[in-house]
Amino acid sequence: MIRFREVSKRYGDGDAPPAVDRLSLEVRDGELLVLLGESGCGKTTTLKMINRLIEPTGGRIELDGQDVQRLDAVALRRKIGYVFQGIGLFPHLSVAENVAVVPRLLGWPRRQIAERVDELLALVNLPAETMRDRNPAELSGGQQQRVGVARALAARPRIMLMDEPFGALDPLTRDALQEEYRRLHEELGLTTVMVTHDMTEALLLADRIAVMRTGRLIGLGTPAELLTAPGHADVAAMMQTPRRHAARVEALAGGG
Amino acid sequence: MSDNLREQLANLPVYLGQHILLTVVALGAGIAISLPLAVSVTRWQPGRWPLLTAVGVIQTVPGLALLALAVAVLIAVRPWTEVSAFGFLPAVTALTLYSMLPIVRNTVTGILEVDPAITEAARGLGMTPTQRLWRVELPLALPVIIAGVRTAAVWVVGTATLSTPVGQPSLGNYLFGGLQTQNWTMVVVGCIAAAGLAIALDALIALLEKAASARSVWRGSAAGLGLVMLLGGGLAAPTLAATWFDAPDAPGLAADRTPAERLDADTRGRVVRIGSKPFTEQYILSALIGRRLQEAGFEVERRENLGSSLGFQALGAGEIDVLVEYAGTVWTNYMNREAIPPAWHVLNAMEGWLADEHGIRSVGTLGFENAYALAMRRELARELGIASIADLADHAPAMSVGGDYEIFDRPEWRSVRQRYGLRFAREVVYDSTFMYRAVRNDEVQVITAYTTDARLDVYDLTLLADPLEALPPYDAILLLSSDAGSRPDVVAAIEPLVGAIDMQMMREASHMVDREQDKRTVTEAAAWLAAQIEARLSR
Repeated sequence: MIRFREVSKRYGDGDAPPAVDRLSLEVRDGELLVLLGESGCGKTTTLKMINRLIEPTGGRIELDGQDVQRLDAVALRRKIGYVFQGIGLFPHLSVAENVAVVPRLLGWPRRQIAERVDELLALVNLPAETMRDRNPAELSGGQQQRVGVARALAARPRIMLMDEPFGALDPLTRDALQEEYRRLHEELGLTTVMVTHDMTEALLLADRIAVMRTGRLIGLGTPAELLTAPGHADVAAMMQTPRRHAARVEALAGGG
Repeated sequence: MSDNLREQLANLPVYLGQHILLTVVALGAGIAISLPLAVSVTRWQPGRWPLLTAVGVIQTVPGLALLALAVAVLIAVRPWTEVSAFGFLPAVTALTLYSMLPIVRNTVTGILEVDPAITEAARGLGMTPTQRLWRVELPLALPVIIAGVRTAAVWVVGTATLSTPVGQPSLGNYLFGGLQTQNWTMVVVGCIAAAGLAIALDALIALLEKAASARSVWRGSAAGLGLVMLLGGGLAAPTLAATWFDAPDAPGLAADRTPAERLDADTRGRVVRIGSKPFTEQYILSALIGRRLQEAGFEVERRENLGSSLGFQALGAGEIDVLVEYAGTVWTNYMNREAIPPAWHVLNAMEGWLADEHGIRSVGTLGFENAYALAMRRELARELGIASIADLADHAPAMSVGGDYEIFDRPEWRSVRQRYGLRFAREVVYDSTFMYRAVRNDEVQVITAYTTDARLDVYDLTLLADPLEALPPYDAILLLSSDAGSRPDVVAAIEPLVGAIDMQMMREASHMVDREQDKRTVTEAAAWLAAQIEARLSR
């Protein structure tokens, strides 16, 4: 369980409004929680504070009851899977080498790493035989992010952090990857925190959605709860968008 | 092939080998120092600007100035260290500093330009800063870093030619020597060798750079192998040449015996190092002394083109064993005497001073003087009725005077100006070769010539008398380091040269080398001089 207790993050010297403002939130074991909000709402900062890529300026974050500030940052990060917005594959390493980064940092034996790489490539639906030795630059965007997910899963983390993982992909690929990831999340029993500004993605993937605005949590609930009882006017306004899209698509499909 | 070209090519293995040695060591040291510095300022931003500025400033110092500065600094620290202030060390120090800018700049740029998304991924996956550097940033910056090394390599090869005047043989020996003796074949050989080396290095490192971009291991290995062959071949060239060919009289190193024999000779103290200053007369005398020593069974190493007072310093420090100096130079430059007393007094006082202050042994005068004297075109002197420096006083304000690199800063010049009340319109500094041409072409009307110089005859110049004895005597004196001076066999081998060379012989020998038709090499002129001396002795 990941618990935020009154967590704040202020950049610079206090004049600017805080990026995250006294946020309290629990992420339950095994759930897929989406942090939803517009650009600059503090969702990415919130995500990065979990594995200490960004340090909070107030409050604390607990991982299974332990204050992450007291854990070794490097060891913490190796224990948590991370999928990056820009994918962030190392261009000088092959696909297999990219996937093997964390196991190698952890000093796994060579054979075990090789087996794990093939296993992971199969898991993300990439043919190991033809992909293993390719350079990231030779892959399509969807293939690259599959490698990114495989790399994040390499050392069998229980927690996955995903920063707009499918934002740069074309809609069909995005759709396929979203579904595949949801399946992986279930099969592997992961706890996932995913950042997105895509309302539809949030509604389709999330167990619960945390809606953020100017550093604060303004709504929290399952997709159905937020659609039926948004509570906050801004949340209600946001929920209108996918609903309007769905209605329009429906009308078109009905011969409209 | 002409004798001249053959003689020049015979020296190529030694000069090229030394040049490559300098380049490899300086570049290696440059990389070893620059990389950690550059990496540390990518981590510690406050240091970035100062470091980039410092290496940038070093780069703006002219190469020759940096070399001179390295000698000055090493001389200054000599009381506390055992290091040599001449030859290899100052040259390598200056070249190392010179190589730093492109390596530092490219390393900093290369690392800072790594995509922030990639470095964040490295952090997010749990790499420590050191792992991030070695596994991500350095590999990605490698092509840019290699491009910096490539630039540095080309600069170092070019600048290394300037290490000749600080006593380190290099391809620059061709350029300095060729310019002094108007031996254009020599200059061209030097240019082609230096440019060829630079082009080859540039091409091979470019290949390495491409291999790094393409992450192609075998192309990288091929380029690396090429570099090793080029540099290793160059370094081994003197040894190979000495083993395979009967390389005659290669100056700079003893080259006419096998390395094993040479090592043996060295351990038995049979190697004698002869220094020379950068002009024709000195080259010939150095070759002449070398002949005598070789005939007496010594190995000879020649350190040519030592900057004027560097040779003397090197002799005092025991870096070289033999040097021909000139009395007036010792008197004014090293003893720092302003007053110019009669010749006999200068010679006596000097001998004692050399022994007491530097442990240098004066074997004796060679028999001629190579004095500074004012000279002008014979026609012009006749026209204006000028026979001595005293007659010049009235005309000087309308005249320009040309001099070599040092004369205008020497006490002799102050002495001449004061005693005769001379004030010229302009003082122009020339390389000695061009100084004679300048007076011939009336660019200047008077020059500070050398009395043994054959070009006085060639250009029909007349020397002006010095009735007030404003200029000191410039007898050529044969000096030995304290070590060589205490060895009777060395002294015995060169003592016969004392009093053996008169002004006319010296002038003729220099003329053979300097003239434009029927030019002789330095080795040939030394052989001619040796024959003349034999003939005189047997008379």
